[in-house]
Amino acid sequence: MRMLRLLAGLMLLAMSAAPAMALDRGGIAQLTGGDPDEQRKALDAAAAQGDLSAIPFLRDLLADRVKLAGDAALIVDGDKVVDALDRTPAERPADAEDVSTSNSLRLAIEETIALLELASPDRALRLEAVKRLQNAEFDEPRLALLAKAEQKERDAGVRDTLRQMRALGELQSPDRALRLSAAQALRTTISGRVREALKTRLATEEDGELRVALTRSLRNVESSLAVGENLGVVFSGLSLGSILLLAALGLAITYGLMGVINMAHGEMMMIGAYATYVVQNLFRAHLPDYFQWYLAAAAPAAFIVAALVGVAIERTVIRFLYGRALETLLATWGVSLILMQAVRSLFGAQNVQVENPAWMSGRVFVTDNLELPYNRIVIIVFSVGVLLLVSYLLARTRLGLFVRAVTQNRGMARCVGVDSSRIDTMAFALGSGLAGLAGVALSQVGNVGPDLGQHYIVDSFMVVVLGGVGQLAGAVYAALGLGVAGKILENMSGAVLAEIALLIFIVVFIQKRPQGLFALGGRQAD
Amino acid sequence: MLYIPPAPSLATRLFDARGWIAFCVAALAIFVAAPLANLVAQESSFLHLSDASVALVGKFFCYAMLALAMDLVWGYAGILSLGHGIFFALGGYAFGMYLMRQIGQDGSYHSDLPDFMVFLDWKAYPWFWSFTDHFAYSAALAILAPAGLAFVFGFFAFRSRIKGVYFSIITQALTYAMMLLFFRNETGFGGNNGFTDFKRILDYPLATPTTRMILFTLTGACLLALLLVSRFLVTSKFGRVLTAIREAESRVMFCGYDTLAYKLAIWTFSAAICGLAGALYVPQVGIINPSEMSPAASIEIAIWAAVGGRGTLIGPLIGAFLVNGAKSFFTAAIPEYWLFFLGLLFVLVTLLLPRGVIGLFDTLAAFRKERAR
Repeated sequence: MRMLRLLAGLMLLAMSAAPAMALDRGGIAQLTGGDPDEQRKALDAAAAQGDLSAIPFLRDLLADRVKLAGDAALIVDGDKVVDALDRTPAERPADAEDVSTSNSLRLAIEETIALLELASPDRALRLEAVKRLQNAEFDEPRLALLAKAEQKERDAGVRDTLRQMRALGELQSPDRALRLSAAQALRTTISGRVREALKTRLATEEDGELRVALTRSLRNVESSLAVGENLGVVFSGLSLGSILLLAALGLAITYGLMGVINMAHGEMMMIGAYATYVVQNLFRAHLPDYFQWYLAAAAPAAFIVAALVGVAIERTVIRFLYGRALETLLATWGVSLILMQAVRSLFGAQNVQVENPAWMSGRVFVTDNLELPYNRIVIIVFSVGVLLLVSYLLARTRLGLFVRAVTQNRGMARCVGVDSSRIDTMAFALGSGLAGLAGVALSQVGNVGPDLGQHYIVDSFMVVVLGGVGQLAGAVYAALGLGVAGKILENMSGAVLAEIALLIFIVVFIQKRPQGLFALGGRQAD
Repeated sequence: MLYIPPAPSLATRLFDARGWIAFCVAALAIFVAAPLANLVAQESSFLHLSDASVALVGKFFCYAMLALAMDLVWGYAGILSLGHGIFFALGGYAFGMYLMRQIGQDGSYHSDLPDFMVFLDWKAYPWFWSFTDHFAYSAALAILAPAGLAFVFGFFAFRSRIKGVYFSIITQALTYAMMLLFFRNETGFGGNNGFTDFKRILDYPLATPTTRMILFTLTGACLLALLLVSRFLVTSKFGRVLTAIREAESRVMFCGYDTLAYKLAIWTFSAAICGLAGALYVPQVGIINPSEMSPAASIEIAIWAAVGGRGTLIGPLIGAFLVNGAKSFFTAAIPEYWLFFLGLLFVLVTLLLPRGVIGLFDTLAAFRKERAR
């Protein structure tokens, strides 16, 4: 095997006639030839040469710009056609063949580019390259390359990472000393891949001292991984909690402040999500240049649409049922059925596609196993913003003052000239609009379908019920608490059992705190 | 404004001569006419009652029992449950376990275990399946399991004075959680598919017209008997206290009544009725699955009672037949409009017909009397 590799290397050396050239004609022919083994050899050779000037051609190859015309390889970039070898302008050939690149070849090319960039003078570029190599496989020629790069490296951080990457490969080395130093070097890594590699090695390792070193490293890696995993659970709990919070904020107003059970609240969220979908399509059709910013238009649109539907419901149904909570519950359930079926008739029963804007897709890697998706971060920020806005609205504006007045004492508020029926409508519209905003947030992380609201209505009622009636702070604590607790339980015992455990918790909790959360005391009880 | 007549006194409803005549006609129809029309009458004769109609009406009887159970707690005690589907489904599952065992080795894997357990690679029945091969035990379980759950849940809920919409929402969350639990394959109740493909009951094949007719008359008998029992309950002193609790619970407490006991009793009894309905439903319809526990299914029971007129006992039965009849018609003829219709029904009944169909009749009768005068 080694002999073969040596032979191949010698052959490559013989073929690369001009050392100054990154990829010569032979290398290019090998790469574009279609034989996977040959391609791999050519890439290894390019990486071994360590010449950065090979990168542009590799990138062209990745971008499918390389065409074959007879013997010559050409790079076709729009109207510009150049020769692959010396980048001199060339004629556009009559019949150019595409170079097919398989997925494994593309991966190998990307890794080769990263390996080459390890030699780049730019520290940021090197760091980036190291990151891209996280999941690469390292055979012996590559390990040698890594060792070389490590020697030249001046930046301590990059050097450490390189050392760890090399150690990962050397863990399988037949040389005991190499294995030992590799096991020790891996102690400070935080990566699931390292954990698995250590485990597999530990299963077959026989040497006593090595086993000790491996076990110690494994323990270290596992504990640092656990920190990341736990933080990840808390983060997804916060993210779920922030969505629950958005859903529950509207409920806290309609139900907490106005005492109206709105079973169609979930459908308001659904309407918000569909409004986002429509705005997205409008942007795509008419303003494709500004598509990135469609959410800025979708949020107000969703708010307005949901609020208008809310006004319609309040004026036609709920208005006549104030003080009859059970009837309101049934009537709004009926409304929710109608809304669901209406959306199903308009948009179809299938889920619709709502796309994240590009700036929201992608994720922050905090550590190797703790990654925070941008869209979830944006939603957390968004819900905090909405929360601040709502509490400002209720605490500092005239509308908020009136809403609180009508909540506390309807008769008295009317006596001093508050138009209570108008305030009812406004408050209901506000609550519905907030549900619409929750729908915008949901559309960015989940499926958008006609029964979207059904999944959240039970949870958001639980939030309001747990948090207490008539205040926003309770809803905030309850939403975040339920979100985080739910995710932690889910991590421990699965989604269904988590849901059941939470329900039991709520029932037990209200045994302890019935007054504060549920029943109004004294004469108000009836 | 809509004219809402004063609530008719309980003592006369269903007791005047016309009520008794109607009751006897219904009994005759169930016990004499239906069996004759289904089993004796020639298939070509216009008097013939098809097997499909027998199954459909039998199903409606079960729904009517649910509506009756709902009326007892909502119409009389003022407790709106959005989780009665749990008790119905639990009864169905409890009796379904017996029916699954009756399949024996006739399943597609020819094993002693039900197909879904073979599929999960289970080697023995889980503990809660023990004794379910006895008919009497399963039948008792179908009533006691829902009643037990209702008792425990009701005790804690009523003790902490959860009432009104809070109670409704908690019951809805309960049914939602139970549905998720039963959807899991590992729970041991067949997951998504539930129980189906029953072959026989008490070693008699299920699919024959005679067995079906026996089940049909049994369901009808249960329904009529429960109607009489409920009538007795709500007109007794017990029922009076319940009505008082509905109107002003605190005052009843101030008068020295322990409302917890009253509410818990009617709540548990109502759950037991649901369990019985579930047990009778499963052999006739031939399937029970977790969708019976969905919040939507439970809230529909409330609308049956509301359409008929709650607090009247007979009204919810009528409501169950009307709404389910409409559902059968809509889902066959114009399925996409069914939800519109159901939604509108919810809205219009609560807005315009607070006393349901029965109330509508009363209003008409009052108008007629007014004009005659």
